[in-house]
Amino acid sequence: MTGYYRWRKIKNGIMFSLCLLSVLAALVPLFIILFYTISQGISSINWDFFTKMPKPAGEAGGGMANALVGSAILLGLGSVVGLPVGILSGIYLSENKKSLFAGSVRFLAEVLNGIPSIVVGVFAYIVIVIPMHRFSALAGGFALGILMMPVVTRTTEEMMNLVPNSYREAALGLGISRWKTTLFIILPTALKGIITGVLLSIARAAGETAPLLFTALGNRFWSTQLDQPIASLTVFIYDYSKSPFDDWIRQAWAAALVLILIILFINVTFRLVTRKR
Amino acid sequence: MPNEQNSNQQQGNIDDSVSAADTVLLKSKIGRNLGDFVFNNITRLFAFLLFVLVVLMGYMMYRQSIPAIEKFGWKFIINTDWDPVLENFGALPFIFGTIYSSIIALIIALPLSVGIAVFLTEFTPKWLEGPLSMLVELLAAIPSIVYGLFGMFVMAPWLRQVVEPVLGDHLGFIFLFQGPPYGLGMLAAALILTVMILPIITSISRDVLKSIPNSQREASYALGATKWETIKIILEGGKSGILGATLLGLGRAIGETMAVTMVIGNNPQISASLFEPGYTMASVIANEFTEATSNLYLSSLIEIALLLFILTIVLNSLARLVVWSVTKKYVKGATL
Repeated sequence: MTGYYRWRKIKNGIMFSLCLLSVLAALVPLFIILFYTISQGISSINWDFFTKMPKPAGEAGGGMANALVGSAILLGLGSVVGLPVGILSGIYLSENKKSLFAGSVRFLAEVLNGIPSIVVGVFAYIVIVIPMHRFSALAGGFALGILMMPVVTRTTEEMMNLVPNSYREAALGLGISRWKTTLFIILPTALKGIITGVLLSIARAAGETAPLLFTALGNRFWSTQLDQPIASLTVFIYDYSKSPFDDWIRQAWAAALVLILIILFINVTFRLVTRKR
Repeated sequence: MPNEQNSNQQQGNIDDSVSAADTVLLKSKIGRNLGDFVFNNITRLFAFLLFVLVVLMGYMMYRQSIPAIEKFGWKFIINTDWDPVLENFGALPFIFGTIYSSIIALIIALPLSVGIAVFLTEFTPKWLEGPLSMLVELLAAIPSIVYGLFGMFVMAPWLRQVVEPVLGDHLGFIFLFQGPPYGLGMLAAALILTVMILPIITSISRDVLKSIPNSQREASYALGATKWETIKIILEGGKSGILGATLLGLGRAIGETMAVTMVIGNNPQISASLFEPGYTMASVIANEFTEATSNLYLSSLIEIALLLFILTIVLNSLARLVVWSVTKKYVKGATL
């Protein structure tokens, strides 16, 4: 009997170690990726990198100013497309929790979240690039906007649900109408969470490459025109990573480092803000 | 009118339960309800837009792929040729590459994810659980292109010089590990995908395990079970939820583009060996879309996108339904 008991204890220990090992197996890649991105990228990061234009192929130096500005423009366009739909439908879902329509919209937002970004890119190509007969920042921004929608919808709904029901009851008890309660009591209370949710969706869109390849296309030159191809950080990394020049590959790592820092910063902030409640 | 008030409150319409005696307020009450009506319908309209978008996506891609559908029909998905010069297009190598790389990734990722989820919910003290799960979820925040960069310049050389020769020498008799070590290939793609789908399977499995009531654990301990024996019971209860998480992970892996494109070797062939390069549906769209010169070529690529769209929608819907049906059982009022 004691032998069997010991075996059960040993089995318990083995399983504990296996679970611990799987945690390590997930954390090791995370730290290796962060380590490589920092060690490979840090040497190319300097003032020029943020302020200069790319140099012609083969010449050392140069920067990615156009890609930074391009990414900012694309994300701005994406926000214009994605945020109104995301926030308002999030409000709808939190105000009408039980209705069948709300249930199916919630479900659909999840489905939309799972649609590969490259497919969204193809959709943007069909709807905008084909009628316009050229690649453009607009098409890229549209694709990013669609990708932002489900994230914003979900976080808006979650954040509005976190507001204690007593707020709503107090407002309604004072005779304030329902829509004013939602708009002027619940929404401002949840605003901090919603804003971080919006930032989270921007972080997701900032890391997207696939939907931009054949919508915004990329551009070696300075361009801020919305109906022209435009550069972006991620396509910059992709193009440079395929190049035969060591200096360009170093710059690709540097751009990856910049991107990863922005995205991780937003993600960690989001978690800290949402955990407090 | 106490009766009317009661029945109104039962319906939860606090707003409407204003006493009917306040006839003076009647006018402003209509005004308020108009506001509610307008506000509710505006938000409903935007929610409806999400609906329209998904339907439109499917329809537009279907319309653009009509030339390819008419030319090749069902043969499109069993034809193994991909020849832009002769305009003979078949998607089988890409479908194979997509499914093969995703399944291999899933086989590696599933036990790891469940292990992590169990560790986080059952073994870890509360103060450590938050930071640990945040670290695991940060893996999901790293952009695909950075995974690709890492896979191309760090992992592929390591596979070529260290892992694949060792596997080939010792396990070369298994069909999985035959052929010359390229580095870039199916194995690299599967490993990168493994890391990328770990966080989603983990976080959903964790939610599922957490939704199982503590009374089950307490009952098990009371019978003298060890921690692991208790966990086995908990896992039994969360089985179908973990299945849902797996399906979601599969959907993610199937749609993954950039990282896979950069490490899979991009060669439309069907080979069981993990060392050989392959090609996936998402990669072929990413690589060849801007090069598609003819109408039929473009149309075939869009048909691949349509197939990908349908595949991920089916997988995601299934997954959500499964996860929902599990959490519904334990969490009161869990929504879809």
